[in-house]
Amino acid sequence: MTSPFEYAPAPESRSILDLKPSYGLFVDGEFTDGTGAPMKTLNPATEEVLAEVATGSEADVDRAVRAARRAFTRAWGPMRPADRGKYLFRIARLLQERAREFAVLESLDNGKPIRESRDVDVPLAAAHFFYHAGWADKLEHAGLGPAPRPLGVAGQVIPWNFPLLMLAWKIAPALATGNTVVLKPAETTPLTALLFAEVCQQADLPPGVVNIVTGAGDTGRAVINHPDVDKVAFTGSTAVGQSIARAVAGTHKRLTLELGGKAANIVFDDAPVDQAVEGIVRGIFFNQGHVCCAGSRLLVQESVHDEVVASLQRRIGTLRVGDPLDKNTDLGAINSAEQLERIRELVDVGEAEGAHRWQPDGELPDRGFWFKPTVFTDVSPAHRIARDEVFGPVLSVLTFRTPDEAVAKANNTTYGLSAGVWSEKGSRILAITDQLRAGVVWANTFNEFDPTSPFGGYKQSGYGREGGRQGLAAYLKGAEQ
Amino acid sequence: MTHVLDPDALSRESRPVPAPLEPFADVTRSDAAFRAFLHGLPGVDQVGAEARAKVLGTRSIKTTAKAWAIDTAISMVDLTTLEGSDTPGKVRSLAAKARRPDPADLTCPSVAAVCVYGDLAGIAKDALAGTGINVAAVATAFPSGRASRAVKLADVRDAVANGADEIDMVIDRGAFLAGRYLDVFEEIVAVKEVCTRREGGSAHLKVILETGELVTLDNVRRASWLAMLAGGDFIKTSTGKVSPAATLPVCLVMLEAVRDFRAATGRQVGVKPAGGIRTTKDAVKHLVLINETAGADWLSPDWFRFGASSLLNDLLLQRQKLRTGHYSGPDHVSVD
Repeated sequence: MTSPFEYAPAPESRSILDLKPSYGLFVDGEFTDGTGAPMKTLNPATEEVLAEVATGSEADVDRAVRAARRAFTRAWGPMRPADRGKYLFRIARLLQERAREFAVLESLDNGKPIRESRDVDVPLAAAHFFYHAGWADKLEHAGLGPAPRPLGVAGQVIPWNFPLLMLAWKIAPALATGNTVVLKPAETTPLTALLFAEVCQQADLPPGVVNIVTGAGDTGRAVINHPDVDKVAFTGSTAVGQSIARAVAGTHKRLTLELGGKAANIVFDDAPVDQAVEGIVRGIFFNQGHVCCAGSRLLVQESVHDEVVASLQRRIGTLRVGDPLDKNTDLGAINSAEQLERIRELVDVGEAEGAHRWQPDGELPDRGFWFKPTVFTDVSPAHRIARDEVFGPVLSVLTFRTPDEAVAKANNTTYGLSAGVWSEKGSRILAITDQLRAGVVWANTFNEFDPTSPFGGYKQSGYGREGGRQGLAAYLKGAEQ
Repeated sequence: MTHVLDPDALSRESRPVPAPLEPFADVTRSDAAFRAFLHGLPGVDQVGAEARAKVLGTRSIKTTAKAWAIDTAISMVDLTTLEGSDTPGKVRSLAAKARRPDPADLTCPSVAAVCVYGDLAGIAKDALAGTGINVAAVATAFPSGRASRAVKLADVRDAVANGADEIDMVIDRGAFLAGRYLDVFEEIVAVKEVCTRREGGSAHLKVILETGELVTLDNVRRASWLAMLAGGDFIKTSTGKVSPAATLPVCLVMLEAVRDFRAATGRQVGVKPAGGIRTTKDAVKHLVLINETAGADWLSPDWFRFGASSLLNDLLLQRQKLRTGHYSGPDHVSVD
């Protein structure tokens, strides 16, 4: 249905950004050149080159780890916890003050809609710093032992789906607990981490407390394998996570992994249908489905399957796909050509296996990396699209008949990061939630995040928790979760 | 005299009531069946509905889209005066404003209707003769609805006889909250019947749910379905005399109801939020809500109205701003 009410373009201005042609590494409080061959970072919505970014070699990583060690022994470790808290509060406020800059840069580099970077990523990143700033001088009251001590230097590797937010999830708890950090942002989305480095300078954070080393897989390996790193934290794919676990095995390093997922979003026949449809959309199309906890498997009770799928398709028809900087865009660009290729491949497999593919009408932009919101019906639990993580805007719809069957199917995955339950019956929600083997279970909502709530997985979704009181334990000696 | 809160009211009134549209013809066969039907509608999760309304409220409507939205919103206004102090002079001045909201700009559309108390409908009708602008009259012991059915029906007959093109009735919230849904249903049916004019044709019936007194969104959905099944041409949020009046989540639930009702029965019903919508920004948010909930078919004065008084002047000021590039003051629009 064409509407007489066509929204005119409402682009957020890029003029707030001071985008440099090239960026170095942030080591020991200074921007320095990397010794590896520089790489280019693209705007995935246009394929335009945004900037050239240094690649950290093993030697660069070593420099960063030594800086972090020095900062840990001389400055950050001995500092009064309340003073560490002051720095974190300062960083949090600077993130808020420069929120628009961060939001625009995040959308440019990642391809996510400005509405999400503005209303979700950046405010949540600031919230993580505020939350952990409050913990800095109260750690002995966190229930994690009488005198929890920092571990030392944390080596952290983060993904491209929420570049700034994952940075905050990693850096805020590490600093609040008295550790120093060497962080490697994702290859395709390094820019907001480098802008964050500027914020560290602006906050007068002692040199070496936060070091940002950009690069690809080799740089990440160098961070993880460095012998003077005490703690490794990784968010990303299960395959890489497994190789990290192997590399870290037998060393003194502590490890937390936050990996993939194939979450079930369970809709019972007594669900609030309109809000459930919103939740399904939010579950799988938020951030183009580049979300490890995405609700990529819709488990809908057979008696309401047709009604829910029809409502869902009508709703997906109203999603606005396009320019990530347009304030009215709901679905932005796929982050990279490589990821687009993987999505296409799995979608082809889905069709070949006999599932029924549905996509709304409408054109995609000519340039850049795009994929239409996609719904597969007639999906069987044996299909690969019901088992493999697609990490894109692709939903697989399966059905169930009884609550037991719903639980069995929801748990029938090698992952266990998140799940959702939709029902108006409180007792049912509690009973089902109890049986789901997933780190986060949402009831009558989906993809809601808060720094006070621990986040993490079961099974191949990883181990360790981030956020909340539990998240602090991962960065403290003498603290068991 | 029959009083709807009288528990024997139903049995005393044995007049057969016409059945609702297919496929819902049998849902009003008994009090129990009707309750089961209304309570069987999918629930509304309040947190989710509010979140959805909030996201739609962040849509950025600029330039050409804003110009279209402002003109469309003006054409959807039911310019309203519902005060004890209303006089023929006041109604005539409102009618003049309705015809030509911006005297300095002839391209400005006129509003959809003028909404008054029933006794002043005749004055409004004369003042609007030949303009195509409708006269809407509130009736049925507006705003509380606390009178016997006979009195309410007489109120409606009077307004229709005075020339009202549209009747804005209130439902019996007391009966609704007491769970006597069939009573509420029958009353709407009865009002609809007396909207018929002797000379042919019928006044359009808008059913005011007074959502501020129903409180929950579940109740809003049930009352919406009840009013549509009873034959209401429009469902309207509020009288404007109770706070909160129109809110975005309430309007969202009502738009979902008319959308689902049309899908099930083929009959389209309009929506009118009233009370509390004062700024252009609020009005544009409602248009976005229609566009992305019920769909473009509702983006016309035939299917959507704003019950408002001060909204019109803000729309005019914003319209002037778009045309001239600068804001003018409140003296550049007329005081009604």
